[in-house]
Amino acid sequence: MGLSTITDNLDVYVEGFVGTVTLTALGAAGALALGTALAAMRVSPVATLRAGGLLYVETLRNCPLPVLVVLMAFGLPKLGETFLWSFFAYGAVAIALYHAAFVCEAVRSGIGSVSTGQGEAARSLGLPFGQVLRLVVLPQAFRTVIPPLGNVLIALTKNTSVVALIDVTDITNNTELIINDTVDPIFAVLGSACAYLLLTLPMGLLVGRLEKRAAFAR
Amino acid sequence: MSTLLAFSDPLGPRGRRKALVGSIAGGLVLLGLLGAALLVLADAGQLDGDRWSDLLSPDGFELYARGLGSTLRAAAVAIALAITVGTVMALGRLSTLAPVRWLATTYVQLFRALPSLLLIIFAFFALPDLLGRPVTRYSALVIGLTLYNSAVFAEIIRAGVLSLPRGQTEAAVALGLRRSQTQRLVILPQAVSRMLPSLVAQMVVVLKDTAYGSIIGYEELLRVGTIAGETTADVLQSYVIVAVIYIAVCFALSSVARWLEGRTTRRYGRSAAAGAVAVPGVEDLAVH
Repeated sequence: MGLSTITDNLDVYVEGFVGTVTLTALGAAGALALGTALAAMRVSPVATLRAGGLLYVETLRNCPLPVLVVLMAFGLPKLGETFLWSFFAYGAVAIALYHAAFVCEAVRSGIGSVSTGQGEAARSLGLPFGQVLRLVVLPQAFRTVIPPLGNVLIALTKNTSVVALIDVTDITNNTELIINDTVDPIFAVLGSACAYLLLTLPMGLLVGRLEKRAAFAR
Repeated sequence: MSTLLAFSDPLGPRGRRKALVGSIAGGLVLLGLLGAALLVLADAGQLDGDRWSDLLSPDGFELYARGLGSTLRAAAVAIALAITVGTVMALGRLSTLAPVRWLATTYVQLFRALPSLLLIIFAFFALPDLLGRPVTRYSALVIGLTLYNSAVFAEIIRAGVLSLPRGQTEAAVALGLRRSQTQRLVILPQAVSRMLPSLVAQMVVVLKDTAYGSIIGYEELLRVGTIAGETTADVLQSYVIVAVIYIAVCFALSSVARWLEGRTTRRYGRSAAAGAVAVPGVEDLAVH
């Protein structure tokens, strides 16, 4: 009981912490890659790709992450050997798929925030479309995209806790283990809260600073 | 239209032809992916009628309706509580009394940085020890959701207050209103009205997060879906039905948020809407 609940279970906390960090890294990598591709689809001149991107974003954004996770973890195995993965894999993929929708919207609004005058000026200088994008539009879009993207990544870090539903090792799941083990829920949760703060507070500070810099650059 | 076309010359006949060809090719690829998914589902026998008929029967319908009812009830109560606590915390952060400011700031920064699932677990397992009396699953879910979302709502409302021109406060002071009256009668109504789109967007988040109630055994929509899936052995189907219900309800609420956003822009002009956004962090205050 008491503080010893945390100190005695330090190894369990560390194990959970590593699980959360791994899920965050894999989920973020997947979400950034897929989200950027989706954003490209949503701003492309090709109508069907735009519609496909919109459908993906609206569906995934409005589907609760816990539902997506259990749908994948308990639904996919019914589709045969090919889809029989580990629970960790289901969790990581679900987290990536879900947050890709939010990454897409952040990137798309970044591109939308660059005024058309910038593109027109670049074109009047004779730059071809590729250079307009590469030299004028995307560098500016990148700048506005950083703060909202950072917020998506912070949300992703917290949302990795969803894997506790399918019993994958992370901070939240290990909290339940420690609660069962020590019957000291107050300090068990307190330790986990500290573990999450260790991750999310520095991320929040970093995003806040980037945000200020982006605001000055305008 | 925020397509890249805004940054290129208008398409000529060749460009339009290319776009059309691309559109058809892209459409075929997407249809192909959809077809492949359906083929895999059909191959595994997951599309067979009798795998769906039990769940979509009147009995099944009643079950899901009950689950949805529990979900909406928990969400509604959590939203009402979170907005109330959030308003208090927002005013606390704007208070002229430093200790009040510190307390409110600590509350907001702490609970915003934690996963709502952990807070639900806290409310369910730790709160009974702290209070010395049992906490029902329903209360635990509502309390957990309230702790997290009140912090987010507080930030949204605070941003709304900060986005108002200083003249509003000055005019209220000039009229001889006390500070509490100024906040209550002049500042808050305008702040809430301006931030309504973000507030509604955050309500969608609360609604989605009620699904975490299933981990503590509260019989909301997801939990009901699990039970129905396990009794009929049609797990995939049951979860698909649950997902479709959630998507429909959340989409409806998201559409309200979008409509309100358009209204705010029409009412206050783009610059006002952008002014609200100029406060750091507001554009993404609705945290998934």
